[in-house]
Amino acid sequence: MKKIVAFFLAVMMTASVTACGSGSTTSSTAPAASAAESQETSAGKSDFKITMVTDTGGVNDQSFNQSSWEGLQKVSQDTGATVKYTESKQESDYTTNLDKAADDGSNLIWGIGFAMADAVANAAKQNPDISYAIVDNSYGDKTPANVTGVMFRAQEPSFLVGYIAAKTTKTGKVGFVGGMTSAIIDQFEYGYKAGVAYAAKELKKNITVDAQYAESFSDAAKGKAIATSMFNNGCDVVFHAAGGAGTGVIEAAKEANKFAIGVDRDQAYLAPKNVLTSALKLVNKAVELVSKEAINGQKIGGKTYTYGLTEDAVGIPEEHSLMGDDTYNAAIALESKIKDKTITPPATKDDYNKFVAALK
Amino acid sequence: MKTLVKVLKKPITSTLIAILCGFLVAAIVLVLAGYNPVSSFAALFKGIFAKPKYISNVIIKATPIILTGLSVAFAFKTGLFNIGAEGQYIVGTVAAVCVGVKLDLPPVFQILIVVLSGVLAGAIFGGIVGLLKARFGIHEVITSIMLNWIAFYLSNYIVALPAYHQPNSTSSLPVNESSFTMLLPKWKVSEEGMAALKPNKWLYEVMVKTDVNFGILVAAVMAVIIWILLYRSTKGYELRAVGFNSDAAEFAGISVSRNLVQAMLIAGALSGLAGALAITGTAPHRISQMAAFENNGFNGLSVALIAGSSPIGCIFAGLLFGGLLYGGQSVQQEVGAPTEIINIMIGTIVFFVALTRVVPVLADKLEKRGARHAK
Repeated sequence: MKKIVAFFLAVMMTASVTACGSGSTTSSTAPAASAAESQETSAGKSDFKITMVTDTGGVNDQSFNQSSWEGLQKVSQDTGATVKYTESKQESDYTTNLDKAADDGSNLIWGIGFAMADAVANAAKQNPDISYAIVDNSYGDKTPANVTGVMFRAQEPSFLVGYIAAKTTKTGKVGFVGGMTSAIIDQFEYGYKAGVAYAAKELKKNITVDAQYAESFSDAAKGKAIATSMFNNGCDVVFHAAGGAGTGVIEAAKEANKFAIGVDRDQAYLAPKNVLTSALKLVNKAVELVSKEAINGQKIGGKTYTYGLTEDAVGIPEEHSLMGDDTYNAAIALESKIKDKTITPPATKDDYNKFVAALK
Repeated sequence: MKTLVKVLKKPITSTLIAILCGFLVAAIVLVLAGYNPVSSFAALFKGIFAKPKYISNVIIKATPIILTGLSVAFAFKTGLFNIGAEGQYIVGTVAAVCVGVKLDLPPVFQILIVVLSGVLAGAIFGGIVGLLKARFGIHEVITSIMLNWIAFYLSNYIVALPAYHQPNSTSSLPVNESSFTMLLPKWKVSEEGMAALKPNKWLYEVMVKTDVNFGILVAAVMAVIIWILLYRSTKGYELRAVGFNSDAAEFAGISVSRNLVQAMLIAGALSGLAGALAITGTAPHRISQMAAFENNGFNGLSVALIAGSSPIGCIFAGLLFGGLLYGGQSVQQEVGAPTEIINIMIGTIVFFVALTRVVPVLADKLEKRGARHAK
């Protein structure tokens, strides 16, 4: 028992010692730190401070967290604003990271991904003076006055790649692998299916789409298993909107020597001979545009921005050696038709059914 | 000289030396990576101590790893290496969510049932490992690593089930509010609660901006209970005897297999409790699709190592660990240094804790040399 008491005392003493020690270091280094900060800000033209909080994917996720950070770095280069990020390791980090970003004196705080919707809304309620923005989420009519939603018309690039897939397929069968069923992934699925249907009508062929879900945005093995079975069943082009699970789809295409279509970023670097094209969703562009508006003092809160082809925030990459010029040019022609609203790619199942009915 | 030797012989001294070495190595890594170590550490400590709500967050972060640390430390004392704390933690969260979503009783009963279901799930997972070892002699490390993955995919499977999946998300439904173990969860966000707390900025920040919950009390009580069980009870004597030398224990008439299973049941229950309390005590009160282990159990291994498998030591090691994890986020935000630096620091501390077994030996040598000089 004595030992335990002694141990308690020892720990408490050391704890207080470290606490004092830390206190003194903080005060002694505070001037140095603030000096460094002021240097940072004086180097730029703006004292605007933007912090982004990643979701659990981390800042090097090869996907939208990384894209967002690239967008913010661009903002910093162009305007001199201070940009920072914090990574969330677990879902319970969202709240604490957003809270620290607010303490840090940020003017605008980005939450990346719809998983953070609740956390961002709560943080915005607690700090009405700070602007918040969130990627891939819309609060609709309930958008708080200091929150900005950023959405993409992902059905537009999906429509284009669906069209390309249908033009490229030789077997008359193409595939789609989704992450988890949600309104966001529906945009990809029905945009893609509509693109295939549109091309099928043009080619006067019957092309079927096999759509399956990996029930995960991270399980590459499952993505690969699904895609492999699709290729074995006669599909020769598979489009994925499944994040990390989708890298398995591309791997499967490489092994089967068939085509895969990438998503979000130009994923050709994963398999240059097998990634036919990618449905680009340029989160960096959107993050950049919204951040710059905020820096310029425009009111961005209380609404949802939706980005699509007209804003150059979605599209397909220029590289098209695998599909050939004809298909690419046809797709580009289609792009302008979407831009001038002759074609409106569907984003939901209902709209898709209407779209197909109208085609006939 | 004598006092120096005495100080060096205390286990706490070696731990403190190890922590110091951890900081030192982290400083070197920071310099090599091109960051200012002084401002990084300033950010770290500011991120832990600057505001009452930060300290509150550290305690919240520490709660689950104190319990998983306790789980590992307890198993260690009984001669078992519970690397399965991660899986036991996960099934604890899964069971708590499964019960907490479907059940909606008055708070006291609800909390008891939800938490106990997590404890039970963890205990079952631990028990399987103990049973396999006792019956078939399969090493617990092998079975528990496999069970970690089973728990991982079980969790992802439950999240995707229509009954538990929250539409348009990658998560399950949150548990019903009656299962929340925060301090006055409803009152603090209500109009009157906000108004009552507002005048006291300190209290307002801690209450409203952090998930202050009862978990830490449970963790502290469990640490004391485990200490009493291990060192002040006949059962604990048996458990430790099996840990020291199972043959000798068997010879002395202690049933090795029964004690093995019981030890793993208790270890698993502790990790399961950690998982259940994380669900009831902290937002978002739900489980999500995991891409990788969240390390609540594996961090428990480090906590137990730093604590030298002392149950009470786990409380402090857990707080240290929680502080480093939480403060590490500030280093990233303020200095831009990757949080991996913090991981390196923690890794170094654990490494040096293992190494500092040398310190008492060194003290012995000092003592002998001193004796020789005296002659």
